[in-house]
Amino acid sequence: MSAVAASTTHVGRITQRRVALSEWTKLRSVRSTRWSLLATLVLIIGIGILACVVFESRWPHLSPGDRRDFHPLRANLAGVNFAQLSIGVLGVLVITGEYSTGMIRATFSAVPKRLPVLWGKAMVFGAVAFAISLPAIFIVFFAGQGILSGQHINIAFSHPGVLRSLIGAALFLTVMGLFGLGLGAIVRSTAAGIALLAGIVFVLPPIIGLLPTSVSDSVNPYLPSNAGGAVWTINPDPHTLAPWAGLALFAGYAALAIAIAAVLMKRRDT
Amino acid sequence: MIEVTNVTKRYGEKVAVNDLSFTVRPGIVTGFLGPNGSGKSTTMRLILGLDAPNAGRTLVNGKPYRDHAAPLHEAGALLEARSVHTGRSAYSHLLALAQTHGIARGRVDELIELVGLTEVARKRAGGFSLGMGQRLGIASALLGDPRTVMLDEPVNGLDPEGIQWVRKLLQKLAREGRTVFVSSHLMSEMAMTAEHLIVIGRGRLIADMSVDEFVQGASKHSVRVRSPQAERLAELVSGPDVKIDAIEPSLIEIRGLSSEQVGTTAAENGIVLYELTSQQASLEEAFMELTRDSLEFHTDVAEAETKAALA
Repeated sequence: MSAVAASTTHVGRITQRRVALSEWTKLRSVRSTRWSLLATLVLIIGIGILACVVFESRWPHLSPGDRRDFHPLRANLAGVNFAQLSIGVLGVLVITGEYSTGMIRATFSAVPKRLPVLWGKAMVFGAVAFAISLPAIFIVFFAGQGILSGQHINIAFSHPGVLRSLIGAALFLTVMGLFGLGLGAIVRSTAAGIALLAGIVFVLPPIIGLLPTSVSDSVNPYLPSNAGGAVWTINPDPHTLAPWAGLALFAGYAALAIAIAAVLMKRRDT
Repeated sequence: MIEVTNVTKRYGEKVAVNDLSFTVRPGIVTGFLGPNGSGKSTTMRLILGLDAPNAGRTLVNGKPYRDHAAPLHEAGALLEARSVHTGRSAYSHLLALAQTHGIARGRVDELIELVGLTEVARKRAGGFSLGMGQRLGIASALLGDPRTVMLDEPVNGLDPEGIQWVRKLLQKLAREGRTVFVSSHLMSEMAMTAEHLIVIGRGRLIADMSVDEFVQGASKHSVRVRSPQAERLAELVSGPDVKIDAIEPSLIEIRGLSSEQVGTTAAENGIVLYELTSQQASLEEAFMELTRDSLEFHTDVAEAETKAALA
């Protein structure tokens, strides 16, 4: 019973840095984080290497058309298309896991101004997503290009646009995670958050594709995933945005989602 | 110190808290009593700023809770619904909360030991029993060494030993000069722990008084008399403030007189008594008497709704 008074305990004021540290503790202390990040690594590296192995071994048998369509970087980064979902889902879970379990009440009791929690989550999760994605992308690049060099169909690291694409792919995944965080914070439910994210990333583009080409060509580049995709693509087709402009637009979508989430988080009952 | 002033909270059509005002003072345990669904948990959420009131305001130690620089040092709360991520260990849960205020790890270890969770501290909280969950909630509430402690139904799910422990803990916290505000739907539990009572029903204040006042004021004394001449005795003792119920031909219950008065009257008139018992209503009965109006309302509404549904 003597410990209640805590005469030796220093209780400080809330700071953004402290809330971010708390969010780091939360992030690393649940299993879903480990599994989602592991899945992201496996998808980026595994699928990228698999694609390179297939192209390298089948190269002598490929038709001229298939050879023309082949791009050493696109095949190499094929896993990013899948990793965007695992990292986006983790972004959703980072916030909806708190709502579904009731943890959010403890969180908001400790930080009643609420918004530092959202900023803290975005900072910590953004940093983690980038720190996982970037090495994975460099590993798969060097491993994959090493494999492709067996048929001399590899692309050099020094080739214009390669370094930008590699860093861009890591930034793309980071922004996708933050987009998921924003969407999750808006809807506050894991199922709805994942459905919304998957809908925007995977369902929206084919729906736009059903429209007349003149319309879809003018809309397509501005869809979140297409805009973000521009930054990790070399030799883009004419209907894509410039690399950094595309990433900036995608980041703008994520920022908008987080901004809407912030307004709602401040107002809503918990 | 908790100050609730003219607070009203509606969820859609339903009024959960209705123009409620009260003050909870430091240094004593204040019980927050009301039937289930009377608005206790809502009131506590409003005090913590988890929900926003439609009208009125709540202050904790003189300020709205969210305006404090170190809120966990001002108020610590155990909320009725579980507020823990099921996938996280008790230790990580407390550490994450502690870190928002720069509270050291040593304090987390200290509290885990205090609430008796040392052996399961590294296990996922999702596997905790209700009692273990309550202990973790109490640890979270005390983390910031708060001046105000607010616990929603803390003894729910605890074994008798745990209940005893919570009672002692609450009284100790109050003796240290803290404001201690504890909700319950059991009057008997409050009578053991609290010194002051705030009773609500249907979101409205019903009583704000000391436990002693409550016990004396609300308890109904009656005297039970068994006598072959019960009818004659009833005539003799009857008066404007005396109420007599005949239970059996030779058994009556008298309210408004003490057993001494009834016994003396019987002796003076040579009436034979087989039994003379002073009876006191239980605290639970007194509480139900006090909150009956709000319960009756609920029943009426339920009936009306049922009829409407059937029609």
